[in-house]
Amino acid sequence: MRPIGVLSLQGDVREHVATLENLGVAARRIRRTSDLEGIEGLIIPGGESTAIGHLLVTSGLREPLATLIGDGLPVFGTCAGLILLAERVLDGRDDQWSFKALDVAVRRNGYGRQIASFEAPIEIGERGTVPGVFIRAPRIESFGPGVNVLATHDHGDGTGAHPVLVRQGAAWGCSFHPELTSDVLVHGLFLDALREALR
Amino acid sequence: MTSSLTPSSVGSALVKRGLADMLRGGVIMDVVNPEQAKIAEDAGAVAVMALERVPSDIRRDGGVARMSDPQMIQEIQASVTIPVMAKARIGHFAEAQILQALDVDYIDESEVLTPADEENHIDKWDFTVPFVCGATNLGEALRRIAEGACLIRSKGEAGTGNVVEAVRHLRTINAQMRRLSSADPSELFALAKDLQAPVALVQEVAATGKLPVPLFCAGGISTPADASLVLQLGAEAVFVGSGIFKSEDPVRMAKAIVEATTHFEDAAIVAKVSTGLGAAMRGAETASLEQRLAERGW
Repeated sequence: MRPIGVLSLQGDVREHVATLENLGVAARRIRRTSDLEGIEGLIIPGGESTAIGHLLVTSGLREPLATLIGDGLPVFGTCAGLILLAERVLDGRDDQWSFKALDVAVRRNGYGRQIASFEAPIEIGERGTVPGVFIRAPRIESFGPGVNVLATHDHGDGTGAHPVLVRQGAAWGCSFHPELTSDVLVHGLFLDALREALR
Repeated sequence: MTSSLTPSSVGSALVKRGLADMLRGGVIMDVVNPEQAKIAEDAGAVAVMALERVPSDIRRDGGVARMSDPQMIQEIQASVTIPVMAKARIGHFAEAQILQALDVDYIDESEVLTPADEENHIDKWDFTVPFVCGATNLGEALRRIAEGACLIRSKGEAGTGNVVEAVRHLRTINAQMRRLSSADPSELFALAKDLQAPVALVQEVAATGKLPVPLFCAGGISTPADASLVLQLGAEAVFVGSGIFKSEDPVRMAKAIVEATTHFEDAAIVAKVSTGLGAAMRGAETASLEQRLAERGW
């Protein structure tokens, strides 16, 4: 398999690279347009979505990535990455833009500011339970019919269960940070689907 | 397939250190009002540090420097979507309690403010909100981590616009970590004694070759080239205090330092963003300083 790109403008890039390498997959850090040549898929890491969004524009990566994602490049975003893939962003900046690859509405800091950041076990259907690390996490408030919800979390705040891991075609997003733990299940699911599509 | 929250999971070391991980590769900017906070966010800052006076003004004005007015912190929180940090005096746990009650995202127990306790730093394990602390060497960094700091910044010399102290502190921390990595395990006890740091943390650094928490750089960064320099020296992100809003063109300087931080290894990009920036802050030579802020804390 060709390398998986990890968008390396800002955020917890190193952890995603390490997780991919633990799964035996080559990772390539993406900072400029020439880095995009020949990647099999892309991970957008955690970080600050406004900062990464700004750097996507200044680096010239926004347009070529929008084209690649629109053409079906497998892409997986965690936390800030989910925000950058979402169709709608609530409580963001007025000029906040996104790639609109996932038909979900996400609320920035939807679980609260840092003091409310939390850990909770996340059950992914029959595939098992992973540790969920939510840091100023975006909350998925609604989703369209094309979205496949793979895991949810009920925060006990009376709003019920919200999706925390979703997939729409080749685009995946999650509210939490699987890359911050040693559990590789979520990345593995993304890679399994990617290999399946290659076959 | 619905999981539910366990109450003990808020404020864990993983979520506290995790926010610092999310700030890596970014620029945290000192701001004194909502307008500056907007400029910082527009420029791509990953967080802002809300304070009443930037360090160069604190240095100029003298007097006791304290935590900022809660109203000013709240106005800044309302004006941006990125994390907002604020400073408490060294050892002043009541100021830290107030900042936690204000829901700030990170507390900087900072030598830029006048220390409130000359013996003890804040017991940071007591708090849900994470703390960043400054350090001039590895022993100081590990003592702060032992007290619960989730992020270390090399101190540099705040408010000078002079990067020399930041370089000294980063190089010192890195050299001391390399020394631990090459030591025989039986030597680590004596090295811990020399560093005045807990043995367990010394052993962890020896095994991993890095701090248990992220290492950022602060104090004197005032150009894109300075940012590139300290990132190449191993800093994972930068705090810029006076360097942006004391420069001739803060909007361009802020954007330029953000780009230089991301592309620190690409001299062509750092050259491009450095071109025609206008004057950086004037700055001060370390030898001419009456007060060395980095000597506060121990």
